[in-house]
Amino acid sequence: MKKERENDPQNIISGKISGKLKSVYRVSALVLAVLLFFMLATVMIGMPDIGNKNNPDNNEVAKRYIENGLEETGAVNIVSGMILDYRAFDTFGESCVLFAATICVMIMLRIDGQTKEDDEEAQKVTFGIRQSAFSKIDSRNYEPENDSILKKSAILIVPLILIFGLYVILNGHISPGGGFSGGAILGAGLILFLSAFGFSTAEKVLNAKTVKIITLVSLLVYCLAKSYSFFTGANHLESGIPLGTPGAILSSGLILVLNICVGMVVACTMYSFYALVRRGRI
Amino acid sequence: MDFIKNFPFFSIMLCMFCAIVNSVLGRRASKYMTRIVLGSVMCLSAAVLYYTIKSGSAYVYYMGHFPAPWGNEIRFGCLEALFSLFVSVIAFLSTVAGTKAVEDDVEDKKENLFYILVCLMTSSLLAMSYTNDLFTGYVFIEINTIAGCGLIMVRQIGKTTVTAIRYMVISILGSGLFLMGVTLLYTLTGHLLMSNIKEAVVSITESGEYRVQFTIVIGLMMVGLAIKSGLFPFHLWIPDAYGQSNVVSSSLLSSTVSKGYIFLLIKIFVRTIGFDVIKTTGVLYICFTLGIVAMILGSVMALHEHSFRRMIAYSSIAQIGYIYMGIGLGTAAGVAAAIFHIFAHGATKSLLFISSSEFTEGSHSKTIDDLKGLGHKYRFSAFCYSVGAFSIVGFPLLAGFVSKLLLGGAAIGHGPMQWIALLALAISTILNAIYFLKTVIYLYIPLDAEHTGKVSDMVPEYRMNCKEYVFGVLMLVVINLVLGLASGSIIDVINNGLEIFS
Repeated sequence: MKKERENDPQNIISGKISGKLKSVYRVSALVLAVLLFFMLATVMIGMPDIGNKNNPDNNEVAKRYIENGLEETGAVNIVSGMILDYRAFDTFGESCVLFAATICVMIMLRIDGQTKEDDEEAQKVTFGIRQSAFSKIDSRNYEPENDSILKKSAILIVPLILIFGLYVILNGHISPGGGFSGGAILGAGLILFLSAFGFSTAEKVLNAKTVKIITLVSLLVYCLAKSYSFFTGANHLESGIPLGTPGAILSSGLILVLNICVGMVVACTMYSFYALVRRGRI
Repeated sequence: MDFIKNFPFFSIMLCMFCAIVNSVLGRRASKYMTRIVLGSVMCLSAAVLYYTIKSGSAYVYYMGHFPAPWGNEIRFGCLEALFSLFVSVIAFLSTVAGTKAVEDDVEDKKENLFYILVCLMTSSLLAMSYTNDLFTGYVFIEINTIAGCGLIMVRQIGKTTVTAIRYMVISILGSGLFLMGVTLLYTLTGHLLMSNIKEAVVSITESGEYRVQFTIVIGLMMVGLAIKSGLFPFHLWIPDAYGQSNVVSSSLLSSTVSKGYIFLLIKIFVRTIGFDVIKTTGVLYICFTLGIVAMILGSVMALHEHSFRRMIAYSSIAQIGYIYMGIGLGTAAGVAAAIFHIFAHGATKSLLFISSSEFTEGSHSKTIDDLKGLGHKYRFSAFCYSVGAFSIVGFPLLAGFVSKLLLGGAAIGHGPMQWIALLALAISTILNAIYFLKTVIYLYIPLDAEHTGKVSDMVPEYRMNCKEYVFGVLMLVVINLVLGLASGSIIDVINNGLEIFS
């Protein structure tokens, strides 16, 4: 009997609630949600008022960031200074979250051939040509007839998006923006390019190998540069990294480099998510 | 500054570095790279442990050029070092012993991805144990969650994808509640650094302001971490996640990942907010009650389970209950017993999961009834599995016995709570014995004519030929014995660590 239950697709997951219990679960879930709502509402009402200068969060921590941030990090954009210099360890963790997410998506969606020949076979399969070991996943390689409206407008828009993305990344320490936001803009531009021109064109610019290398190099640079900076900081050594003149493009020590690294990781992550969902490889 | 103080930082960064480099390595290279790195992290943690025990105090290490609260910092005493040593030892031995299982379950080209996730998971656990900042803790909780998801999914059968998605949904709810708790606590205290929060908390409790808010904040953080570690009403993801994924993933998830969250919770209770304040909020009663219910219900559910791997998974729910009961007692002895149980359960569960892989793979069957007579065929694995089963039941000389003794001892002197705790311990131990010893007896059942044919048809002891498996599993057995026999010195370290914790 047990075995039957296991094979039944309805019961793939244990703890499936059946019949009478279902309504009990629904009611208790509702009660719980309402209770949580009122609990959180009570908390919010009783919290210190927003913007009050006597609030506990208006303390020496924020004061130093605002008053000495420019001098100590060399970044005009205090937020960049905070996330990439004062609290760079947290931000390194955040980039690794993205890295871990890419790996998980690869595990789930990447389709690999068994041998090298299979892989080459899979590379050849584009647009409608099949007879490979991959016949069952061929729909992934199907690309719709390229749309000329999309193509023409993409030619106009994509370069602008990419340049703006680069601008946001490179000026992360001077003006609002930085690696995360600029990388997202870059990634969006690349995805638009890919949908307009198809994989065969996009692969000339970005393929699995280049994405891999860009991610690897950016993360490694981040890891090593920050390790150096942590090590010197903790051991009270001079890091020897010049801060430059605040406001100049080449200033603020490592922040510019780290912004570029984060931007590249974010852009590659977005692009590879899209490519993996579309056809199972980058 | 002594050079050794850099070691915690080195071990975190080394794992991260290895994870990044693994993304371009092949399967063999990434396997050896991971082993080397985990092995060296083990040595580094052991050195830190020795250093902190010898000096008897804790140290702060700046992560950057700015002192905390402006910059990040990590802090290490002997308890943090002991936990890191535990994590790296279990991660190292599980990956070594389960090499064959990984090769069987994971696609060749995705094997390096598996090792990336192992490295990321280890580094995030190390960071969670060393961190002195709640937000850093949250960031690494995220890495841990996503790596856990990938570890479940890495054995690509349809069920694991569903399980992984379910794990992610439940786990993210937990992270969300924890994050809410952290932000609200920040609004109330103005700090994210643990030592500064403690100062602010003392002044808040003295003034008597924000009493309700404060209780709810602690509740949110506690529930968030309880969901992630799989305490009783939030346990639904456990049996599938541990029962269907690759054995190495199961053993890593059950013995290290869920323990990392509990360690962070203890850190928040003891170090960030302070046990005296926690006691006044009543959160500990919730921990205690849920722990007691989990101890009994987890065992009852395991008793009803037919599938072998899922039975071991259900027993994890009961064991998590033991730990929360220990914390819920609200004394230093209770917390020390809970921490010891973290180590004991981690060592035992990974031994059980990995040695069980031979029966489930070798016989191509997964129900408990199919275990009959397998002990005659797979002698080595059956012996090691039995050691694990005896340990979890609480057989003297082994790790489980000591932790049960400590939990029982910590419970005494608590008025009505002591009877509930002792009764629950007794019932849970009996139930444990019923279902674990049943599997051991099944393994060694004398073969009748019908079964002899069946068993001899089975795959020969192919894991026995794998020296890595033998080494890893034997080492896990040894760790169980060490935890059981040398418990005195380990408890001393835990007690010292708790003292310098706050």
